[in-house]
Amino acid sequence: MSTQERLIAGEHNYVTINEKIATIPLSQKKHPPQWAVTLLIGFMIMQLLMVAVTYLLYRGVGIWGINQPVGWGFDIINFVWWIGIGHAGTLISAILLLMRQYWRNSINRFAETMTLFAVACAGMYPLLHTGRPWVAYWLFPIGPNVLGMWPQFRSPLIWDVFAINTYITVSAIFWFVGLIPDFATMRDRARIKLVQWIYGLLAMGWRGSAQHWQRYETASLLLAGLSTPLVLSVHSIVSLDFAVSNLPGWHVTFFPPYFVAGAIFAGFAMVLLLALPIRAWYKVKDYITMTHVDWMAKIMLATGLIVFYGYLAEIFYAWYSGSKFEMDMMWNRMFGPYWPFYWSLILCNGLVPQLLWAPKMRRNIVGLFIISLIVSIGMWLERFIIIPVTLHRDFLPSSWGFYNPSLWDWMMFIGTIGFFIFGMIMFVRLLPMINIFEMKDLLHRMHGHSRNGHSKTDHAAADHPPADGKPSAGQTQPETGS
Amino acid sequence: MAQLFGPATNTIARASLLCSIALPFVVLLAASQITRSPYNTKVNIAVDQPVFFSHNHHAYELGIDCRFCHTSVEKSAYAGVPPTQTCMTCHSQIWTNSPLLEPVRQSFATGAPLKWNLLNKVPDYVYFNHSIHVQKGISCNICHGPVQNMNMTYKAQPFHMSWCLQCHRNPENYIRPKEEVFNLYAKYQTNAPVIPDQKIVSDKGITREEVALLRGNAPNRSAAMIEEGRKLVEKYNIKVKQLDDCWICHR
Repeated sequence: MSTQERLIAGEHNYVTINEKIATIPLSQKKHPPQWAVTLLIGFMIMQLLMVAVTYLLYRGVGIWGINQPVGWGFDIINFVWWIGIGHAGTLISAILLLMRQYWRNSINRFAETMTLFAVACAGMYPLLHTGRPWVAYWLFPIGPNVLGMWPQFRSPLIWDVFAINTYITVSAIFWFVGLIPDFATMRDRARIKLVQWIYGLLAMGWRGSAQHWQRYETASLLLAGLSTPLVLSVHSIVSLDFAVSNLPGWHVTFFPPYFVAGAIFAGFAMVLLLALPIRAWYKVKDYITMTHVDWMAKIMLATGLIVFYGYLAEIFYAWYSGSKFEMDMMWNRMFGPYWPFYWSLILCNGLVPQLLWAPKMRRNIVGLFIISLIVSIGMWLERFIIIPVTLHRDFLPSSWGFYNPSLWDWMMFIGTIGFFIFGMIMFVRLLPMINIFEMKDLLHRMHGHSRNGHSKTDHAAADHPPADGKPSAGQTQPETGS
Repeated sequence: MAQLFGPATNTIARASLLCSIALPFVVLLAASQITRSPYNTKVNIAVDQPVFFSHNHHAYELGIDCRFCHTSVEKSAYAGVPPTQTCMTCHSQIWTNSPLLEPVRQSFATGAPLKWNLLNKVPDYVYFNHSIHVQKGISCNICHGPVQNMNMTYKAQPFHMSWCLQCHRNPENYIRPKEEVFNLYAKYQTNAPVIPDQKIVSDKGITREEVALLRGNAPNRSAAMIEEGRKLVEKYNIKVKQLDDCWICHR
């Protein structure tokens, strides 16, 4: 109980939680000027994406920097980067739920939304990389097709199609199901007919009855069970895109765990990058407390260490393999034409996260923000090292080349960041960014009925139907701790 | 507070659940049917051309060989669309005042080529070569249908990949002696009665299979004929195993 105590700071009861979170999307006045500025910036950067994609569809992938032998450039780097970022959301929403880590309650909505937008950004890249996105349905094994062919099931690239699609589908359903009770709260609090109607439609007739809660708990547990293997499988399959090939630097058995750890590492960095400013702007520090920040930083440190171990293991394997090509690949990474990238990677992902050993650093908001930013850059560099730096020099010196991303590569990459920012900031505007009923659940776990708010503000409780408060009768999860 | 949704909403919600289950099936079915329909494939749709040119008249009634106009069909990837000069070999002598041929004379006088509308196209990511098909005994009709009887030319086959693969996977079902590829029309022209009589008989030096072929139908071969086809595949050194590899067409 002592740790849970710190998960909700300040004096809160069921009513104040409603007041605090549910009113944010209902009134523009609740949004600080930073919201509008970020929206504007995100929207403007997003236009780069629009221009880049339009020109890409007009001219084809030749406008990118890809060439022979570097056929995979920014498109695949950014794909892997974005898909990795999404993983923290699934970890928080699924694995931490199954492990009954109730501290996730205040950050899961946020992280899940981040997952959705990150996967949307990621999905664009392979789609556009095909060069003919309008025939992307060829990737699916649609029964009686006119091709007379199935996709190549032996290729990890086709496993990727299934992995990503399963991932986005399950994530989206999980996210939506988790929102239903909150949609009901929003419906009940809204005062404008149209807004009531929209939230009401999304709430799908939620009345907060015990039966509703029982079904909700079952559904969310099932979805968590479905999502849990996805945290591990999706990035494992992405890593197999590389590991199944025979190229030095790619053909490594530890790629799957190394990629998964990197994904969670990058994901938590992104959660912090988003959570730190927003908790300050919206004054929700009571819900996303320093304890949360501290624990997220710890997860970042732990996964960062796995990733760093991966870098060291790669060096070891290159030597241990005894293969001239493997050793040459490693030498090329460290001292080849892309050497600054490699050493920046070691600095960003290997050394800088070590600062998080210090509790002071984990609770230093500005410092943590900068570390998260550095980690995000580091994880991008990691993919750059893995993809073009491996491809540009393979076995035959006669077929060596060089990779220079073009302006369009950069525009599209920065554009997706704009899309991501725009999506997240619109989410903050339109939906409750913290799970309202799970916060009440947490409050109940911490204090029992003593803070149900009814004694203090009877009129407020009468105003709102039971959908507002989660009745303890519906809970299937037993109490923990104390 | 008044009710937000009326009682009918429950019914609508349940109905929408049913619809959402049915939707994927409906969409898939519709998509697969539209893909195969002439709306998409343009099969059997005659296209307007700058000159009213009848293959029936020239190829069948007059007996002009395909290669007279499509000169490069045996040697090159592209069969070739004839230049105006080819038309004028005859039409500078006959029908010189026909109003139907006015665009041809115009083109000849000005040097601006006639802009024929292409019917049979493969996408730019498909490598197709006419010469290899002709050299290995694939008759024109297998892909182009009964061209010799078309008054207005139309596309006869959908050109879907699955359609290409039917033959690439089992060429013995389609292959014929390569001497017969162009000879067929001469035999047809001399031996067969005029379409639309349709009563073509096989005892005049033209087999039933050739009749089917000329009508644009896929050859329906007996086991013995398929065995013959296999021998031809062997004889022409066609490597069936690699014939449906991706790179054969997507290079």
